Amino acid sequence: MIRAFGPNEFLFIVMAVQWTIALSAVAFAGGAVGGLLIALARTSKPRVLRYSALVFIRIFQGTPLLMQLFLVFFGLNIFGIGINPWIAAAIALTLHASAFLGEIWRGCIEAVPSGQSEAAWALGLGYRDTMTSIVLPQAARIAVAPTVGFLVQLIKGTSLASIIGFVEMTRAGQIINNATFAPLTVFSVVALLYFILCWPLSMLARSVELRFAAANRR
Amino acid sequence: MTAIAADTQVRIDEMPAVRMVGVDKWYATYHALKSVDLEVARGEKIVVCGPSGSGKSTLIRCINQLEPVQGGTIIVDGIELTAGPKFVEQVRRDVGMVFQQFNLFPHMTILQNCMLAPMKVRGVSRAEAEATARKYLERVRIPEQADKFPAQLSGGQQQRVAIARALCMNPKIMLFDEPTSALDPEMVNEVLDTMIDLAQEGMTMIVVTHEMGFARKVADRVVFMDNGEIVEMGEPEAFFSNPQQERTRNFLGQIGH
Repeated sequence: MIRAFGPNEFLFIVMAVQWTIALSAVAFAGGAVGGLLIALARTSKPRVLRYSALVFIRIFQGTPLLMQLFLVFFGLNIFGIGINPWIAAAIALTLHASAFLGEIWRGCIEAVPSGQSEAAWALGLGYRDTMTSIVLPQAARIAVAPTVGFLVQLIKGTSLASIIGFVEMTRAGQIINNATFAPLTVFSVVALLYFILCWPLSMLARSVELRFAAANRR
Repeated sequence: MTAIAADTQVRIDEMPAVRMVGVDKWYATYHALKSVDLEVARGEKIVVCGPSGSGKSTLIRCINQLEPVQGGTIIVDGIELTAGPKFVEQVRRDVGMVFQQFNLFPHMTILQNCMLAPMKVRGVSRAEAEATARKYLERVRIPEQADKFPAQLSGGQQQRVAIARALCMNPKIMLFDEPTSALDPEMVNEVLDTMIDLAQEGMTMIVVTHEMGFARKVADRVVFMDNGEIVEMGEPEAFFSNPQQERTRNFLGQIGH
């Protein structure tokens, strides 16, 4: 029996948007904390910190997000830790976002001229005050645009969580498609919903970037 | 008891502001400072000159350990810097530095630039920090710029703010690393005048500069460096009129002092 694609089916997909948003939000929040730690480790003095952060970044940048999801989901199950797809997806995407944000923010921290931290040290400020009062506020301005850009990637990346069975937008689309056999309609709707989520963010990143460029010219 | 205390007091007063003994500095395989010895008395004004790459900036950046050294001893105000990181922060609190590129904090107003370190490092109250900041901005003759951002000021004004910012920490020693080299010519004098005022108030100053007029006017001693070594050192009169070393004569000839 084939169902028609009607308002109920449409609503089912729309309702799944909340899970895409929830997963993106969790991964972004976790990734922001992890990314800051990674970025600070990468720009710190001790070799051990710098290189462990580098290894972490290389692993997550050098493997597909899908493999990272599989490894967390199946890996933890193999070790006897029962894990539901929601938790697995949240962990994998958080680690993924930590690595990417860590690398983006490292670049932003290094873009702050070294004279700034030298001036802070010369005034007797310690590492903590130098970072929180001088370096990070200046790095943050540079970081806004690429960070929003990465958030867009992350939102689209959550679609892969459908493969381990987490019912977000893409998985909801698959479920409806299995019942209606109207793939073009179903996945057009899904794609449109992603676009509605991501497009305003891209616009925001662009306007921030332009404003920053204008401020620099001044 | 009293006698001993008085005796210690005398010794502290006699102690040099800066004493460098056999300081060696390497950048990878490049020998930037070659066993440098230098003693600076309290209240003394030293001008360091020399060709670019001679190690003069490196020399003063070692005094507050913006550059770590590989050998020798540096004692600043009785504290041995080379003894560990704890001592470095202690010394930096009492040693002000002015940079060639000003290095004001662009995201803070002039006033905030001057208030940050006293509040964070010395723990003084906001009100006290603001009063001190306004006092020193007055001294460098730009009190009216307090609420502007660094980018809104001219180079000369920015450098005077940088001097005020360092003075807000009430330093015992001031280091100047080519403070007028990045300035447009018409702004050099306003910065030099501020430095001359400071010198006349008795500040201990070590100044890396090519401004030989300033050296003649203010310096107690002029130090000439070349190739990572102190080649010659003397009172300005003798140094300029009768340099002992060939390299010094060449240098003075080239800059046409």
